[in-house]
Amino acid sequence: MSTDTTHAHASSPTRVYYVIFAVLLVCTYLTWQVAYFDLGRLNTVAALVIAGVKASLVVWFFMHARSGPRLTLVIALGALLWLAILLALTAGDYLTR
Amino acid sequence: MPSMPHTGAMPAHHYLNDGYGIRSWLFTRDHKRIALLYLAGVTFFFFVGGAFAVLIRLELATPAGDLVSDETYNKLFTMHGVMMVFFFLIPAIPAVLGNFLVPIMIGAKDLAFPKLNLASWYIYIIGGLFTLYALVNGGVDTGWTFYTPFSTVSSTTNVIPTALGIFITGFSSILTGLNFIVTMHKMRAPGMTWFRMPLFLWSTYATSLINVLGTPVIAITIALVAVERIFHFGFFDPRVGGDPVLFQHLFWFYSHPAVYIMVLPAMGVVSELVAAGCRKEVFGYKFVAFASLAIAILGFLVWGHHMFVAGESVYSALIFSILSFLVAIPSAVKVFNWTATMYKGSVSFQTPMLYAYGFIGLFTIGGLTGLFLASIAVDVHVTDTYFIVAHFHYIMVGGTIMGYLGGLHFWWPKISGRLYNETLAKLSAGIIFIGFNLTFFPQFVLGYLGMPRRYHAYPPDFQVLNVLSSAGASILGVGYLIPMIYLMWSLRYGRAAGRNPWGAVGLEWTTPSPPPTENFEQTPTVTWEPYDYPSIADAEHRLV
Amino acid sequence: MSSHAHGALAHQFDDLDQQREVASLGMWIFLATEVLFFGGLFLVYSVYRSWYPQAFAAASHELIVWAGTLNTVVLITSSLTVVLAVHAAQSGRRRTLVVMLLATIVLGCVFLGVKAFEYRSEYLEHHVPGMGFQFEPDYFLHAQIFFSLYFIMTGLHAVHMIIGLAIMSVMVWMSSRGDITPEYYNPIEVSGLYWHFVDIVWIFLFPLLYLIGRHVH
Repeated sequence: MSTDTTHAHASSPTRVYYVIFAVLLVCTYLTWQVAYFDLGRLNTVAALVIAGVKASLVVWFFMHARSGPRLTLVIALGALLWLAILLALTAGDYLTR
Repeated sequence: MPSMPHTGAMPAHHYLNDGYGIRSWLFTRDHKRIALLYLAGVTFFFFVGGAFAVLIRLELATPAGDLVSDETYNKLFTMHGVMMVFFFLIPAIPAVLGNFLVPIMIGAKDLAFPKLNLASWYIYIIGGLFTLYALVNGGVDTGWTFYTPFSTVSSTTNVIPTALGIFITGFSSILTGLNFIVTMHKMRAPGMTWFRMPLFLWSTYATSLINVLGTPVIAITIALVAVERIFHFGFFDPRVGGDPVLFQHLFWFYSHPAVYIMVLPAMGVVSELVAAGCRKEVFGYKFVAFASLAIAILGFLVWGHHMFVAGESVYSALIFSILSFLVAIPSAVKVFNWTATMYKGSVSFQTPMLYAYGFIGLFTIGGLTGLFLASIAVDVHVTDTYFIVAHFHYIMVGGTIMGYLGGLHFWWPKISGRLYNETLAKLSAGIIFIGFNLTFFPQFVLGYLGMPRRYHAYPPDFQVLNVLSSAGASILGVGYLIPMIYLMWSLRYGRAAGRNPWGAVGLEWTTPSPPPTENFEQTPTVTWEPYDYPSIADAEHRLV
Repeated sequence: MSSHAHGALAHQFDDLDQQREVASLGMWIFLATEVLFFGGLFLVYSVYRSWYPQAFAAASHELIVWAGTLNTVVLITSSLTVVLAVHAAQSGRRRTLVVMLLATIVLGCVFLGVKAFEYRSEYLEHHVPGMGFQFEPDYFLHAQIFFSLYFIMTGLHAVHMIIGLAIMSVMVWMSSRGDITPEYYNPIEVSGLYWHFVDIVWIFLFPLLYLIGRHVH
């Protein structure tokens, strides 16, 4: 019965949630602090990388992508890929004008 | 295919007599009834858009701008485009034929989210009402493309209600696409594997992907246009540092894939018609299935070919040009495979097949001229001329509308339980084909000779071709009116169709015409491959 | 199975598992559309930030960083309460479920309250485009683009938050009535997915709007 599997996943994870929560708070603190150092262009990169890590943690652990069907991951990555297409091909225009 | 369709008796209980009265329709969750609600909606908007086309062609019958002022003319082509694109072409096949057929073709009782399906229809109608309000309140003159900064700064017409109407209706497409994707993944009957699905479903799936990924971008873009007009933020206004070309990137990111939303479902219909009409499995099934997906994906990579002369960089234009050549390949694969299907098939000339053959020929012309336009060197000369107008009408009218009418005729017996008058139907198909070509072929020549689009007056040298085009348009209009008459007539007086009047293969032909509300008397188990023609004489025997 | 569970099965499905998978898949696809929806705004942002980096930095400085940071922490906490709510629903712990949902709503209201405070401050500072906008002359025009983006992006996000609060309220109502069981908890799971998405959007908005060029005092 599939309810068994959901229970099996449900029995351990509360601790995981608190750990991920703590990591997310640490990342937020990092984002805030890094912004006050002059890293030139890397500031934006750092901000986006940390935000990306936070978002990935939320998707993987909080949104249960970890234990869900593979199709879910395909959808999440597909959406990101499509956004990347929009940004990349438009950037291709702006960067070469 | 037999020369006279099989006939049978109407079942006693079916989805059309399962509840009477307006409430049983307006609060229905039955995907088949919702499909008919959409049929009413799209037909209405088609004739509204068509009325504007009549006025356009009337004006263009003479070189002088004498019927309407230039500003009014701008409103005519804008409203024609908006109505036709957003309220007819994009919804028509998916929302009418898709809604009706998707659950039946996979052996399900309904879509995954029936209430959401009904909500999608209401959203479509509400969006349409906003746009109709804009129409009666004086119209919009920006072109269906809403280019900035004219639409955001200078236009004095009803941009905001139209933008809102399009924004709202967009969600109808998004939710329908979502519904179809989930349904096809999760609700196929036992034995209905992905590669046993009819090709119409592959096309519908690919179309739904585009709907889901692209429509949100036009939604936010058109919302920004409305917001700009109200708050004057300046995103697309060069006077305050904005970039009008940014609007075009955002607009065409959706609007190019949108043309594939319009043509992919028609291609799906054609696959079904060619298989049934030639009593033969479609040649290269997997190639056609994957070509649908390839068109959907590649279609998102080419939008810059609408902007070759808009100010995008030359390097960007080059990339978009190459990708535009690539996207033609899967479309060509489909045309080759349909042709190969017809080869040594038992080719029939029933009305739906006539529309299918018309599609193949006219889509080929439209598609090939698209390749001319993908070549930057040609495009810089013919862009914003009638060459472009002819190109896209060959695809959207010669392609999509032919596919839509072919599908409507093919599945009409299933939807209504009745047969239409075949003679009148063939006559209309012929009138439409002749009218269409007479309307739009001269426009290729006009564009090549330099006549610009969106102008209400032109040099007298162009008059002959314009008169031919306007004459064609009147013939085309008559051609579209006749089916309205005989299809409605058949609802009352047509002969009962029986389960499978065409002797076609497919789950939809195993259930009664019209189907019961739950679609099947019992959930089917699929054990045969799609288009399994030679081994059966009549698909009725396939009921397990 | 309880009678609640049977009553919850819609006619087009074979069993509750199929219904749950369908609901989840539907919400994930909807969230994909939202990525593209917000994505258009992120594109506009990227273009103008690359064109006007100093104006954007100057304008970003005027935002209230502690408010943005606090809101980030608030939303991350609310994601925790949401996932604990889903867990409680799966294990049939109704009281915990309701408490976690209420906590989520409270945190959401805190978020909106802080945003309202920020909007009001920005209005009083004349940083609202179209309402007597004022800024140092060097960056006047382009700072206006930044603030327009700020209000549209955070405004659209706030609209999604409000919708999220409405959804969570309905979840509280359903949970207190006993409609949610370990066999049927789709509404909680699916609402949770939506909420997490709204959190993720903010996770990106925060550094992109509030923390531009902060190293320059």
